[in-house]
Amino acid sequence: MPLLRNGAVVSDGWIDVSADGEVPTAGDVVLPASRLLADWPGLSERNGRLGVRLANTDRPEMFQALLPRLSLIVLPFPAFNDGRAYSIARKLREMGYAGELRATGNVLPDQMQFMLQVGFNSFEIGDRFPIEMWSRASRQMSLAYQRGLFRRDAESEIWTERHTDAEAWLEQPHAG
Amino acid sequence: MSAVEKGQLITANRLRDGNAVFLTTSGNWSESIDEAVLAVEPEAAAALEQRAREDERKTIVTGSYLVDAERRDGRVRAAHIRERMRALGPTVRTDLGKQAEGKGAFFAAPEGE
Amino acid sequence: MYRYDEFDNQFVRERTRQFRDQADRRLKGDLTEDEFRPLRLMNGLYLQLHAYMLRVAIPYGTLSSRQMRQLALIAERWDKGYGHFTTRQNIQFNWIKLEDTADILDALADVEMHAIQTSGNCIRNVTTDHWAGAAADEIADPRPVGELLRQWSSLHPEFSYLPRKFKIAVTGAPNDRAAVKVHDIGLRLHRNEAGETGWEVIVGGGLGRTPMVGVTVRGFLPQHELIGYLEAIMRVYNLYGRRDNKYKARIKILVHEIGHDKFREEVEAEYASRPHPSTEVEERELKRIAAYFAPPAFENLPRWSPAFEEAKLSHPAFARWAKNNLGPHRVDGYAIVNISLKPEGGIPGDATAEQMRIMADLAERYSFDELRVSHAQNIVLPHVRKGDLFAIWQALEDAGLAAANYGLAGDIIACPGLDYCALATARSIPIAQSISRKFADSAKQDEIGRIKINISGCINACGHHHVGHIGILGLDKKGEEFYQITLGGSSAESASIGTILGPGFAGHEVADAIETILDTYLKHREPGEEFLGTYRRLGAKPFKEALYATA
Repeated sequence: MPLLRNGAVVSDGWIDVSADGEVPTAGDVVLPASRLLADWPGLSERNGRLGVRLANTDRPEMFQALLPRLSLIVLPFPAFNDGRAYSIARKLREMGYAGELRATGNVLPDQMQFMLQVGFNSFEIGDRFPIEMWSRASRQMSLAYQRGLFRRDAESEIWTERHTDAEAWLEQPHAG
Repeated sequence: MSAVEKGQLITANRLRDGNAVFLTTSGNWSESIDEAVLAVEPEAAAALEQRAREDERKTIVTGSYLVDAERRDGRVRAAHIRERMRALGPTVRTDLGKQAEGKGAFFAAPEGE
Repeated sequence: MYRYDEFDNQFVRERTRQFRDQADRRLKGDLTEDEFRPLRLMNGLYLQLHAYMLRVAIPYGTLSSRQMRQLALIAERWDKGYGHFTTRQNIQFNWIKLEDTADILDALADVEMHAIQTSGNCIRNVTTDHWAGAAADEIADPRPVGELLRQWSSLHPEFSYLPRKFKIAVTGAPNDRAAVKVHDIGLRLHRNEAGETGWEVIVGGGLGRTPMVGVTVRGFLPQHELIGYLEAIMRVYNLYGRRDNKYKARIKILVHEIGHDKFREEVEAEYASRPHPSTEVEERELKRIAAYFAPPAFENLPRWSPAFEEAKLSHPAFARWAKNNLGPHRVDGYAIVNISLKPEGGIPGDATAEQMRIMADLAERYSFDELRVSHAQNIVLPHVRKGDLFAIWQALEDAGLAAANYGLAGDIIACPGLDYCALATARSIPIAQSISRKFADSAKQDEIGRIKINISGCINACGHHHVGHIGILGLDKKGEEFYQITLGGSSAESASIGTILGPGFAGHEVADAIETILDTYLKHREPGEEFLGTYRRLGAKPFKEALYATA
């Protein structure tokens, strides 16, 4: 499954470990959430980076203590219209998670910009759409009204732009 | 004596303009329900659905579904008022839709009040 | 009223360009219908019985003459010469083509309008009191907050794929004309003893299959906390709202299933745990927006207008229209004009392009260039000098817009129903027409007084029948249209859901049934008592007896 990060297809160096599989002693491993929690804190002592696959019904608060040790969190979109992972992603970023946040499942180019804005920074994409389409779709809106989102691409925050300069604000025309 | 043929037809919306259309024997989609092909056997109905799905893939129509109907003397009557209305236009604006463009169905919706 | 700045303009242009691209890809087959559907719904484009339907947003029901004229142009150029005003203050065009839609969105953007999020599982048009800024009972105009929330909710990346649609209503008056108690989130402004204003936050109201009145989660939320708190509510809903069953996916079901207290706890926990950055930018933005809603330059007029009084004396028809169709304005010498889009036997809420232009002209000339759309599918001119009322009425008469039935039995609220809507189970418009004709007599309507008759063509309740004083629900019984009557609903501050009266009726029986109900009311009412009061006092019994008594 091609992996898109920063507008380019990259190779995925992560080793996928199943719920009861053996965890290699070295290398970057990504585990299901239940396994990670069950084998914690033992896992935190191994060499190599740690990643977790969450379900979109998992509560992000349960992973608060683990976040500093996690380098990858994978969140699923079981259907195009299942938007739970948008909230989980943004919540994880609000909780201070600074690692890779990867979207998997039913991901369309048309959703990528929203995903970037809530903090995803990598995407498991199919081969249905050419890469240019993903790049283009991620830039279709150059503006956003909401503040405090987590962007990698530089959409302007409209409200911030309007009120950055206090003097400019005072001079703005006031319609009747 | 009028021959009554009972079966199922396929209706859908044309993708470009949203018009309600009916699958015909020639494989085209017509706004006139009288031209609809009627599948009498279940296998034939399944074949109609298959054809409709292909046309959905080809971006000709969208939202296709099977409808109970009958043909009497060359005119097609859909069993449910909804599809009789799809074949006519709004009952409250008889100046709009198929009924005003010469493509309206023969059987009224609603019927016999 | 609000005017776009360069940011707002660029935003809608980019969104339109994005939709054009999506529609092109759909037409080429690069997107399947399943992939395209949520995208087109987020731009208000439905697939209906006869064609596509486009629902254009009219934010908090406010528009200018220029915008109304553009809607008329759209009706003529891309539709069949008319539009339908809805129960959520929007307008719908019924005969739209997918291939034209991007051009229509461009034409809307030309006049600072859009169709963003008027459908789909996202936050919909924020609606409000159609008398906002004019009503005599108002604490403060809620529309600046309506505009703030419109911006906040537009293309919100976290809340665009909710379990189901999400509807927010705001009111700034104690008499709730915005139905805040039957919205997913209702916001009601209060003033405390210190003179400060704050928001009562009501969650989990709604109509449809399981109608419910909302529950208050916060009684007095300070303005600067509003967006943060709403985000907490939205996040709880997005994460825990049901997604397994379309009919159990609204927030009202979540509130009901986990219980009010647990729901409140979840929201408060989420609100407490999220970061609380400075809200100074939001506060400045609200001030910036509020400046656009400053009151117009009202003249200093006496309360009494001799010209108005004289015209009433010499024109009884005008006097009747003035008695029924005007609302009390907070400024002396002014009135609120309610234009009824319910001519006798007509289609509720429909207006031709020509009628739209006439209303636009009247607004420009007589109402500081402002119109409103009401929840009853009527149009409002909010600020009219009493001395101008006669001239306005004459113009309305010429245009077929002078039905003097505002708020009366002829002012029926009806969804488009099976004549247009692919979701409907029965037709609603012919029922409205039959009732309208039965109560055509103006003396009879006046005698009955204020009554809300709401008709929905299916369980989705877009006609808001649950909160009609008399509600009519169109169903399907063995392929035949069939109508169930409810009584005692109300969307006002003492909101209530109507109760089913008994077995349903065939279409041709409904108008008679309504007549029986209203005759019963007239028979039992106390002096000055309106229908709802009589029903609440007596209950359903006398109405059931009258309606279902065997001969």
